[in-house]
Amino acid sequence: MLAWTVYLSFAGVFLLILLPSSMRGAARAIALLTALAGLVVAILGIVHFKPEAGMVTVAKRPWIVSLGADYFLAADGISLTLVLLTGISAVAGVLFSWNIERRVKEFFAFYLALIGGVYGVFLSFDLFLLFVFYELAIIPKYFLIAIWGSTNKEYGAMKLALYSFIGSAMVLVGLVAAYVTAGAHTFNLLELAKFPFPESFQMWAFPLVFVGFAVLAGLWPFHTWAPTGHVAAPTAASMLLAGVVMKLGAYGALRVAITLFPLGLRAWQHSFALLALIGIIYGALVALVQKDFKFVVGYSSVSHMGFVLLGLVTINEIGMTGAVLQMFSHGVIAGLLFGVVGRMIYDRTHTRDLPTLNGMNLSQKLPFAALTFIVAAIASMGLPGFSGFVAELSVLLGAWRAFPTYAVLAGIGVVVGVAYTLRALQLAFFAQAPVGKESGHEPCPPISIPEKLGAALLIAATLLVGLYPRVLLDLIGPSFNAPLFDGLRKGAGL
Amino acid sequence: MNGIDYGQLLRLAAPELILALGALAVLAIDLGIMRGEPLFQRRLIAASVTCLACAAPLMWIANIPQAGNLMHGMLVVDPLTRLAQQAILVLAGLTALLTVDSEFTDHVGEYFALILLATVGMMFLVSAEDILMIFVALELTSLSLYILAAFNKQSLPSAEAGLKYFLFGGMAAAFMLFGLSLVYGLTGATNLREIAAALKGTGLDPLLSVALVMTLIGFGFKVAVAPFHLWAPDAYQGAPTPSAAFIASGSKVASFVVLARVMITGFAGAEGSGSWMNYQPGWIPVLAALSVASVCLGNLAAIAQSEVKRLLAYSAIGHAGYALLGVMAGNGQGVSSLIYYVVTYALTTLGAFGVVAVVERATGGSKLTDFAGLSRRAPALSFCLMIFMLSLAGIPPLAGFFGKFYLFTAALGAIKDLGLIWLVILAIAMSAVSLFYYLQVLKQVYVISPPPNCAPIRTPIASAIALGLLAIAVIALGCAPDLILGPITEAVQASRW
Repeated sequence: MLAWTVYLSFAGVFLLILLPSSMRGAARAIALLTALAGLVVAILGIVHFKPEAGMVTVAKRPWIVSLGADYFLAADGISLTLVLLTGISAVAGVLFSWNIERRVKEFFAFYLALIGGVYGVFLSFDLFLLFVFYELAIIPKYFLIAIWGSTNKEYGAMKLALYSFIGSAMVLVGLVAAYVTAGAHTFNLLELAKFPFPESFQMWAFPLVFVGFAVLAGLWPFHTWAPTGHVAAPTAASMLLAGVVMKLGAYGALRVAITLFPLGLRAWQHSFALLALIGIIYGALVALVQKDFKFVVGYSSVSHMGFVLLGLVTINEIGMTGAVLQMFSHGVIAGLLFGVVGRMIYDRTHTRDLPTLNGMNLSQKLPFAALTFIVAAIASMGLPGFSGFVAELSVLLGAWRAFPTYAVLAGIGVVVGVAYTLRALQLAFFAQAPVGKESGHEPCPPISIPEKLGAALLIAATLLVGLYPRVLLDLIGPSFNAPLFDGLRKGAGL
Repeated sequence: MNGIDYGQLLRLAAPELILALGALAVLAIDLGIMRGEPLFQRRLIAASVTCLACAAPLMWIANIPQAGNLMHGMLVVDPLTRLAQQAILVLAGLTALLTVDSEFTDHVGEYFALILLATVGMMFLVSAEDILMIFVALELTSLSLYILAAFNKQSLPSAEAGLKYFLFGGMAAAFMLFGLSLVYGLTGATNLREIAAALKGTGLDPLLSVALVMTLIGFGFKVAVAPFHLWAPDAYQGAPTPSAAFIASGSKVASFVVLARVMITGFAGAEGSGSWMNYQPGWIPVLAALSVASVCLGNLAAIAQSEVKRLLAYSAIGHAGYALLGVMAGNGQGVSSLIYYVVTYALTTLGAFGVVAVVERATGGSKLTDFAGLSRRAPALSFCLMIFMLSLAGIPPLAGFFGKFYLFTAALGAIKDLGLIWLVILAIAMSAVSLFYYLQVLKQVYVISPPPNCAPIRTPIASAIALGLLAIAVIALGCAPDLILGPITEAVQASRW
């Protein structure tokens, strides 16, 4: 049934293409219904999922016989978590882009195509199929940013497209080489995971594929697309970029690089942990000095995604579970932050410059935006009660077992995280305007219903996971005991 | 050459015969009956006859399966040649359909007749296993294409395109003839299999090396790989767009098939090795060098282009570089991947040229800026262009993606210890570069605003049909490659390559 997340999204794209471009309301409605349907399917999938079964096959039939590629969709706890995240982000994204007036139907067509591709990646257990969906997601991103974006949009869009494509080119080399080396005439993940690739092969294939995917997850020093891309993108697209597209990268790294090449992971563990750590601290420090509100959020994404990557290379269950949870948590929180900055504030004030916002007295004008941002900030800082706390704590615990020094240093990143979040919060909403710089009292349109609904959905998600993390932990944890990770257990001692 | 079975010849060469008759019929009808009629109707009638002349052999091939080897390899009919011929016929028919709306000439009958004659040449080219016949067929194809390139008599660039194509082509033919004559001198045979047998065990003597390189120069020109590509950008840009489309599609398919046949069948045993750090002289290293040069030059030079036809020409050079990987693989999988790749590439590029032709007529040029805001002026046409461009860039689920994927897999798998991985890495890296310039075109179409007060662009019906079919084919072959990959694989296995 989960396959319907993919089919529905593409059906939505198809409907939108056929729709006359004058029918804007209908376009919005189709997009919202499609996104909602996807979310419902995702939730139903989770409800029906039995964690002890390890994984569930959704669809499996031969596809390209001469290559041995199957149309093989399946889900385990990890995929389900991310499918749920995609569903939530998709709905919130549509709600936050309700005010788009220019080329509405095209916007939502590209948007749903991106969503469909993302669902597809999370559900593919055939590596060829996974790669197809992974590349399929590149093009809609480009157009979403280049057409509907702001600041430096064409540059940001092209940079993102090329980074993604170069990353996927690296993955492609590793994938084809692994296919040929295994010689089993199959791309089935379960089959390939059983194959013991020679150590000399893993030594170069692992970093190639890992970095190829991690480019999209914002691995330092390949993260530079992230801030520019996020800033240039329209609100819904930045929500999706930070919310799910960066997760595509992390998910791919886990699903392909880590699963197939455990020996390589073992050998490269410390190098990549170091890069992740640099990302955490560097992202946080840079966020601390940004003037553009959206850049603060953009760099904070780099920092938070550092936790995901750090968790992935800990090679212990708590760290890796934490990493997956952090993917979910960051997806929701970043969506919320971008929603506030891009939609609630920028669309009304037409500026994201913190010193300018400083004089606008926004906490009075837009109390709902201020409230939402406070909640998002608290969640982002990792305070207990929100999803970020459980996730980052698990990652740090895992890291502590694997490399204590890095864990301590990552703790510094958390502290800086508090600093830049509070700074942005204070500058944007609560600063006393300097005398004489008061920028008049031009009224802002009030926060609309769709925005409130979107924000409420995201807040509810982070609160739910924060207060009752077992909803997701019970899904994610057992996945690492599945036969799929046998190789990882043997080869790298998970 | 005694004892030719004319009955069998007639049966095996029936498709070519029908085409040649079709060419005469087009001429006769256009010059005889349609002479005074309006040009559009003349084109319509001529195109219909051309399509019919292509469809009839298609039917013949599909319904009367045949195999045979006539006159010692002069005409070899096996499943693989039949498959390649079908592809060429489809491409020729679609080219004719795209030509219906082109207004560059009033010599309608001659134009369509030449398309059919070029097609005859290509058909013979893919079914020849004898170097003499290969050369004659190649010349028949080339001569028709030279004229097609220069067909717009009012246009200086068209004349330049034709002349350039002709001069380079003549030179290349001379090189190839020289190379082939050396081969004949070495082996005393003109049949590819006999050549291979005679060369067996002799090693790579210097004369053979010279012959190999000379032959490859000739073929390198035909398939437009660097450094023998210099004619391509000017010819593509200057020639009437349908001619350029046919040069880029049909002739590419035929040339690659015959190149693979000559190398794999004729020079079996002289492969050498192009593996990293394990170089051995032979034709694989020569092809590897050509491939490196074209993949890099084609893709990098395309970035700087501001003219879409020129951009497509450079991208064609890059694509020829990828396709050489399939020849280098040298086994059945390599040949299947090569054929899948060139056929889907030809369909895609034909479509891209078709869109360019429509835009050219509406805006008066084919510069990048002429495409500005096309998606607002012609949404369906823009969508087709997006499909073609993304397929060329290798974005799934389109045919171009699977073509590349299969090609790379075949090239890696054919040679032990991932010998060609250095070349595959280069090719994949360059295909990442290529996304940049294809997106430049799509950026104009989708992102940039259209010029003020411009009317919507109407796509003429014949072009619309052809482009729609091509777009559907590109999507369908990408989503379900087994549609033609199955037959290709079977044909390759049945044809003892």
